[in-house]
Amino acid sequence: MTFLNFLISGISLGSIYAIIALGYTMVYGIAKMLNFAHGDVIMVGSYICFFAVSRYEMPLLAGVVLAMAVCTVLGIVVERLAYKPLRQAPSLAVLITAIGVSYFLQNAAQLLWTSSPKVFPNAFVIKSVDSQGVETVKTGIQLFDGQLNISYVTLVTIAACVIIMAGLTLFTTYTKMGKAMRACSEDKGAAQLMGINVNGTISMTFAIGSALAAIAGVLLCSAYPTLVPTTGSMPGIKAFTAAVFGGIGSIPGALLGGILLGIIQIFTQAYISTQLADAVVFAVLIVVLLVKPAGLLGKQIREKV
Amino acid sequence: MKALKLNKTTRRNYLTYALVILAYAILQIMGSTGSLSSSLKGMLVPICAYVVMAVSLNLTVGVLGELSLGHAGFMSVGAFTGVTVAVALQDAIPAAPVRMVIALIVGAAFAALAGFLIGIPVLRLNGDYLAIVTLAFGEIIKSIFNNLYVGVDAGGLHMSLLSDKTNLADGGRLIIGGPMGIGGIQKISTFTAGFLLVMVTLVIVFHLVNSRAGRAIMAIRDNRIAAESVGVNITKYKMMAFVTSAALAGSSGVLFAMNYSTIVANKFDFNTSILVLVFVVLGGLGNMLGSIIAAAALTILPEALRQFSDYRMLVYAIVLILVMLATNNPTFKAFFSRFKPGNRSGKEAA
Repeated sequence: MTFLNFLISGISLGSIYAIIALGYTMVYGIAKMLNFAHGDVIMVGSYICFFAVSRYEMPLLAGVVLAMAVCTVLGIVVERLAYKPLRQAPSLAVLITAIGVSYFLQNAAQLLWTSSPKVFPNAFVIKSVDSQGVETVKTGIQLFDGQLNISYVTLVTIAACVIIMAGLTLFTTYTKMGKAMRACSEDKGAAQLMGINVNGTISMTFAIGSALAAIAGVLLCSAYPTLVPTTGSMPGIKAFTAAVFGGIGSIPGALLGGILLGIIQIFTQAYISTQLADAVVFAVLIVVLLVKPAGLLGKQIREKV
Repeated sequence: MKALKLNKTTRRNYLTYALVILAYAILQIMGSTGSLSSSLKGMLVPICAYVVMAVSLNLTVGVLGELSLGHAGFMSVGAFTGVTVAVALQDAIPAAPVRMVIALIVGAAFAALAGFLIGIPVLRLNGDYLAIVTLAFGEIIKSIFNNLYVGVDAGGLHMSLLSDKTNLADGGRLIIGGPMGIGGIQKISTFTAGFLLVMVTLVIVFHLVNSRAGRAIMAIRDNRIAAESVGVNITKYKMMAFVTSAALAGSSGVLFAMNYSTIVANKFDFNTSILVLVFVVLGGLGNMLGSIIAAAALTILPEALRQFSDYRMLVYAIVLILVMLATNNPTFKAFFSRFKPGNRSGKEAA
């Protein structure tokens, strides 16, 4: 039963990684750039939601929507100001610019919100008042006489991940904008010739990725409640790893990579060693890339001579 | 005018040597007359270490053309092995310079070994996949050193992972204490040692780049398939560049660590790798002099921005973004090229 507990928390953590990894993989697929600032967009989203909920006492849903709106605007503005002028530049230059944006967001957050950790409130609870007027707060459900504990955060996270994946798959398969995105990721020049607004499509991708980052930020901070300006960097790196693990540029790959990474991390922490969890996760990644150099679901592109 | 007969690359290399020697001489004179501020004085050795890091990473990124995001991992390997040896030999070899040289060599050797091991998967991959493997390597190294315990006593070196099980005899000493890192290091790094290491690094890198092997490495960077088709052994030359780069990074780690009394594994994390990558890209890929200047300037910049106090890292980030935009955007480039007489793009237009 403990195994099942670990498995569920692994899937939950993996779902968060998967949602973040989507942002990386979509931007990479279209703009062919590693957006290192993505992890910091998560942090911004968490802070916005934190202040909305705990200081202005907005309901959680309103906080999430506000965070998504702010992150979307942030994503578009960053893309316009920092990445768009470098469309033709070598990829390393764009990478360094993204790192600059990442530093900027982290330090701006530190100035605005100080580096003292904020404790994110767990909003996923059910309050009930019994006949004597005693209030009880339930944070999760218990199955099999309390042997299996599943918190509501976990349930919401997994559900959110499934909904987002399904929605995004439908979006990229059937809508006009989704098709434009796929066209741009295959061949930007040809897409432009077909009358697709390439710049608009890239902005849209950043907007979607950033909105997803806001959701991921709220879920992440509900499960792991300490919020500091560097909260986003490690999950960002892990999610990027997950995107590569599943095959970068592929949406199902991000899901698979994220969830596998989450499960491996939780199992290593549980059965091998807490401190070495990161080392094991990355070692597995290296082994997978040795066997499948394009990731689990990545397309192996043949080189033409 | 004998100098003019040398070809362009050689002249450029001599210019680099000359500028480094000049900078060393000026700083030494300033140091002895006391006109050097104490904060700058304290930064001389880290600057040398970062210069070596930048030049060695430039060998991987600029000359070999492969992006590495875990260069600090090699620095870490060098720092921890080198310092361990230096501490272990503290009684056996009293002369600090000799110990320093031994530590540098050991650190470089272990980093080279790590470079060789990580080079095996790296050689199978390209582009971003290679970058992520180097990133993973850096994180693995950090985790390992955060959980490694090494002690020395009369019976030799003792090692254990995860918890302190070294069981040292009386008079023994714990060198690496897991997350506490190495404490009580004798600060035997000097500016002169740093300068000499920079010079040695430059000699090695310039000789490698200008040799037959270096041309093969650059051929791989420019077109791997074409290079292979004319008989360049891809595996051998990629490995050669990668291992050399790792060894130099290891020696830089030793230099860096010996400048502080304590050193922890978290110092050499992903951010350090990125910092060095910023030096390389800002200085220009394949341009060693550029790397040196960028490493020195960007190490000093946060200090120079002290007057902005809280805003300094914010300003640093903005400067970084603006510099990248200014040097890579075609509109900006055209704008700036108007002020430079006789540059290449002007000639093409005319």
